[in-house]
Formats: sequence, structure tokens, C-alpha cells
Amino acid sequence: MKMVTALLAGLLFGLGLSLAGMTDPAVVLGFLDVAGAWNPRLLFVMAGAVLTTAIGYRWVWRGSRPWFDDSFRVPDATRIDPRLVFGALLFGVGWGVAGYCPGPAFASLSGGYSSVFVLVASMALGWWLGARVPARSA
Amino acid sequence: MHPWISSLMGGVMIGLSAVWLMAALGRIAGISGIASGLLTGAGDRDWRIAFLIGVVAAPWLLSLLRGESFIGAPVVSWPWMVAAGLLVGFGTRLGGGCTSGHGVCGVARLSRRSLLATALFVAAAMATVFVIRHLLGGLGT
Repeated sequence: MKMVTALLAGLLFGLGLSLAGMTDPAVVLGFLDVAGAWNPRLLFVMAGAVLTTAIGYRWVWRGSRPWFDDSFRVPDATRIDPRLVFGALLFGVGWGVAGYCPGPAFASLSGGYSSVFVLVASMALGWWLGARVPARSA
Repeated sequence: MHPWISSLMGGVMIGLSAVWLMAALGRIAGISGIASGLLTGAGDRDWRIAFLIGVVAAPWLLSLLRGESFIGAPVVSWPWMVAAGLLVGFGTRLGGGCTSGHGVCGVARLSRRSLLATALFVAAAMATVFVIRHLLGGLGT
């Protein structure tokens, strides 16, 4: 059942990204181009996603545990550290270069563009490298 | 359908997916965290793989049903796709999340870290696009 529910969540996520326009880098870069022909679509995506999640999480957390696991695994870190700041900035630069954040990169794999595979492979290498940065540096 | 309405609906579906994953497995729907956990020896591979299969398959199924693809063509050349991928991967791993984990799930729970990360990566992305499009005149294709 865990597998089926995870698969359904992934399908819903991928469908949402598609309808949202997130699988088209021209739409994403159009939103990021505030000094050009600005495209506000991502604001609607964020509003829909954040409000739905905020309301839904409150409802889910009334329960004591998830259906198929022992506890809710929600990050409890609150400290603002250099890793968070530098990581977010580097991610933003990469997002601005090509218009792909991780979800849309995966969701665009079936589009038949070989360079999307190149981007996903490079992203995986980036994750591997990022995991090797010692906790106290960076 | 107006693109704004379709984006709002898409956003609601992304939110429902995040709520569903929390209700069922107690997990944050952060793509970078789910996928990078496969590379770093997290012991729970199965649900991560199942989720990612769904993310990859949904746009393909949609294109079969609708007869048109929602997947747009990349706008930069291969070397830039490599550079972008490396930055996105390294940055999201270091920063502990991406647009979904920090931007949607973290902002929805009003996490300080996620609110800051989201402000920073959106600002950095906007600054990058400004430099590329308006100062450099594009990266070429």
C-alpha cells in the first residue's frame, strides 16, 4: 500500500506540474524575467499549492500518525546557517539559467529532449557532491 | 482554459499531492529530498522510487490522453543544461530543499528556514535571468 500511495502522490504531483505550466521552461523563465515580458503564472501555482498544503497539513496533523508509518517526519531545524543561504542562492542561479527546478526536470523527461536527461544526470551528480560537504563547512 | 486558471488548478493538485503524502506516509513532498535520498543510502528506497515514477509518468499519460504535450523545449544549450543541473543539485542538497520542499511544503508550515530559502532562491533566479537576458543579451542556443 505504501508503494501505491506514493505512486498516486507522484502522479498527482506530475499532473499538477504539467497543468501549472512548470514543465515549460519558457513559462518559468517568463515568471523570473521581472524586467521583461513578465508572466505571472507561477504566482497562481504557488498560491494554489501553498494554500492547499497549509490547510491540508493542519487537517492531517489532527491525527496522531500517518496511515502507513509510525510518525510524521517534519523537519524541526530552525537555525539559519550558511549552508541554507549558500545552497538556496546556488540553486536559484541554476534555476535561472535553464528554467528547471527538480520536480519539473523529472516531469519533463518524457518530452523527448535529450538535454533534459543531461540536466537530470548533472543534478544527481550535484546531489551526490552536495552530500559530501561536511556539516561544519560551507 | 485561461493559463492562470490552469496554473491555479495545477498548484492545487501539487498541494493535494503534498497533503496526501503527509497523510499516508508522513513525509514532506520535496522532490530534491525524495530523489537525493536514493543516492545517499536512505534505507527507504521503495516509496521514493514509486513517487518519482509517478512524477515522470503523469505528463506522459496526460499527453497520451490529450494528444498534445505540456512539456516545453529546453531554451539553453547542453553545456548550460549541465551547469544548471549541477547548481540545482548541489544547491538544493546544501540548502535542504527546492521549490517543492521549501517553497510549497515549508512555506505552508511557515518554517523560518523555508521562508528565507524561498525568498533567496527566487531572488537569485530573478537576478540570474536579469543578467542573462538584459545584460548579456542571452546565452545563445
